[in-house]
Amino acid sequence: MIQTIRGQNLLSLDNVSREAIVEVLDTAESFVEVNRRSIKKVPALKGRVVASLFFEESTRTRLSFETAAKRLSADVLSLAVASSSVKKGESLRDTIATIDALGIDAVVMRHQSSGAALQVSRYVPHVHVINAGDGLHQHPTQGLLDAFTIRQVLAERMGASGVESGSELFHGLRILIVGDIRHSRVARSDIAAYVTLGAQVRVAAPGTLLPTDIENWPVTVVDSFDEALEWADVVGLLRLQRERGSGSFVPSLGEFTQTFGLTVERAKKLRPSAIIMHPGPMNRGVEIDSRVADLPEAVIERQVANGVPIRMAVLYLTVAGSKEEVVS
Amino acid sequence: MSSIILRGGLVVGELSAEVGDVLIVDGRIAAVGVVADVPVKSVEVDASGCWVGPGFVDLHTHLREPGREEAETIESGAAAGALGGFTALVAMPNTEPALDSVALVSYVLDRGARTPLDIAVAGAITRGRRGEMLAPLAEMAELGVRLFTDDGMGVQDPSLMRRALTYAKPLGVRLAQHCEDELLAGGGSMNEGAVSSRLGLVGRPALAEELMVLRDIELVRLTGGAVHFLHLSTKRSLEMVVSARNEGLPVTFEVAPHHFTLDETACGQFDPLFKVHPPLRPRRDVNALREAMRSGQVDAVATDHAPHAPELKDLPFDEAPAGMLGLEHAASLTFEALGSEDASPLRFFALLSRGPARIAQLRNSDLRIRHSGHGGALAAGEDANLVVFDTETRWTARSGELHSRATNSPYDGRELVGKVRATIAKGRLVVNEGVLV
Repeated sequence: MIQTIRGQNLLSLDNVSREAIVEVLDTAESFVEVNRRSIKKVPALKGRVVASLFFEESTRTRLSFETAAKRLSADVLSLAVASSSVKKGESLRDTIATIDALGIDAVVMRHQSSGAALQVSRYVPHVHVINAGDGLHQHPTQGLLDAFTIRQVLAERMGASGVESGSELFHGLRILIVGDIRHSRVARSDIAAYVTLGAQVRVAAPGTLLPTDIENWPVTVVDSFDEALEWADVVGLLRLQRERGSGSFVPSLGEFTQTFGLTVERAKKLRPSAIIMHPGPMNRGVEIDSRVADLPEAVIERQVANGVPIRMAVLYLTVAGSKEEVVS
Repeated sequence: MSSIILRGGLVVGELSAEVGDVLIVDGRIAAVGVVADVPVKSVEVDASGCWVGPGFVDLHTHLREPGREEAETIESGAAAGALGGFTALVAMPNTEPALDSVALVSYVLDRGARTPLDIAVAGAITRGRRGEMLAPLAEMAELGVRLFTDDGMGVQDPSLMRRALTYAKPLGVRLAQHCEDELLAGGGSMNEGAVSSRLGLVGRPALAEELMVLRDIELVRLTGGAVHFLHLSTKRSLEMVVSARNEGLPVTFEVAPHHFTLDETACGQFDPLFKVHPPLRPRRDVNALREAMRSGQVDAVATDHAPHAPELKDLPFDEAPAGMLGLEHAASLTFEALGSEDASPLRFFALLSRGPARIAQLRNSDLRIRHSGHGGALAAGEDANLVVFDTETRWTARSGELHSRATNSPYDGRELVGKVRATIAKGRLVVNEGVLV
């Protein structure tokens, strides 16, 4: 169990303690303020080099990480390697060795294969590896920013401070996750974060989009999606991962929408205060109706915005790793 | 005249074991028991504290030649085998090109004859192992081939498998099946279960193996053709084949050291060294395999020795090829699984030598392909294919010290008990004091 990510890698949320997660959320809180300044930059990682290595296409995560690194004054080496290592003919080990030879402090890595970030961390033990999504495995910064967003919204409503609340707002919080759990690295990271922070998590999905061993997961599978909507404080929707073949796990997108899509009708069953989340990019009209996505309870853009301070916090804590005050 | 005298070991016959000497003269066992009259200039091997038995026979060795010589050659594989106590290896046909013709089988037999061991060949069941058309089984059988397999993958098409069995039956050969229904295995890279689900790796369910085992048992019942089940890895698979064998159906099976030693949690760090098909299973299956070995239900231990070049095992887990080395550690791991100091020497040699020799029809010498007899009773007059296994030595497996060309062993750093001290293959002392002569 990782007690703090200071000076470590961030590969998964599976083995990260509540204290370590709260530390990231609290650190991110101080970076929110930086992002509101007219000059959105702090010298925290001045002179440090962060490589961003995306073997799989991504726009938002990549932009978010690179923005975060730049706001910390780090130099960013950006490599687009959006093809499999096999096709490219170069091994993961050689690719990382080449970049490492340029002199880097951290690598932010996305890869289509589960475990690739962990494998890379074995090749370059002196470099901090931050997993920006590996196959179906984990997407830890997404889990952190989702938890951060929930805490922020709840704290604001109460007129309280997120930092002072620690993990308290999660105790007993009722979170419903809907959709393609089986193929989702976001679900794996979200569930780890929410459960570690003390929330109750239920999942709703067609049987084929649940992991085969869902009974071993720290979640409850709901019998009725509609009833679960009435229960939930937070509804987290997942992207139907059509590019990962999940299309063949349901008879049609239309049927998925009918049975597990958050339609306007279903959204009416939600409590008025319920928070609606989606990690993006959305398939509007598939897992979420366009009109629902644009409701004020939907915090989807706020999730995107919070990606930057969370990734600043993760980069700062892993790379700088010291105990000194974050933003002077 | 050359002679070798093995002094003071526990000589393990088929039904009993007794301390004594074994004298080998001109490639044959000349005397067993208390041997006083030894020719001058005999090479003496101290076998005290050791088990002396028939040399090990591996039903399942990937020698990679032709096509993947950077990973292993027939020569390097034979050296690794000799150090592991093997005197005969069955070369698997999933080379590049596949061993699916007389020319290719002859090539491997010829190369094999130049090594210190007997290298038998398993031919492909289908042309190019593509699972579409039968390979020339009768022509290859003429050359002495006694096992056929598309290993790496099972014959997926049930009607083709039925036809292969019907065709093979009068040839007196056995079809060796890699049981995994690839449609059910779904391109997965480890066992389907709690670990794969947590790791986000697509799983290969136990059912993919068990359904094909079930299918092939029924095809054996229908056709009367013989099937040898390769590397069975689940409790249910074992139960089905044991029950079919008890009914009298011509079925046999092997288990592989990695399946009775390692479980699925070994994949937890995404290290492709632990990727293998069928995959490492949950601990309950590992324990069931060990239990079946101890109770005498298992016909053979076979290594599924699968060398891969290091760069391939550096790929991400889902892209890396499946398979791991086995020849040099199989005997120690079998000894461990049988209970180390409690291990039965009769079982040990049944699993590693006599059982597999029977399945591969290597008990009698075959003059056509210059193979000597293996898995013998240790009686005077037999071809000298013997191993001296030191049951007391403790050692640590080191991947850097292997004799395979490849280094993809999953056992690096593992503490082992029992080690091959000497191997006598084709009448010659090829390993002595644990090193190649």
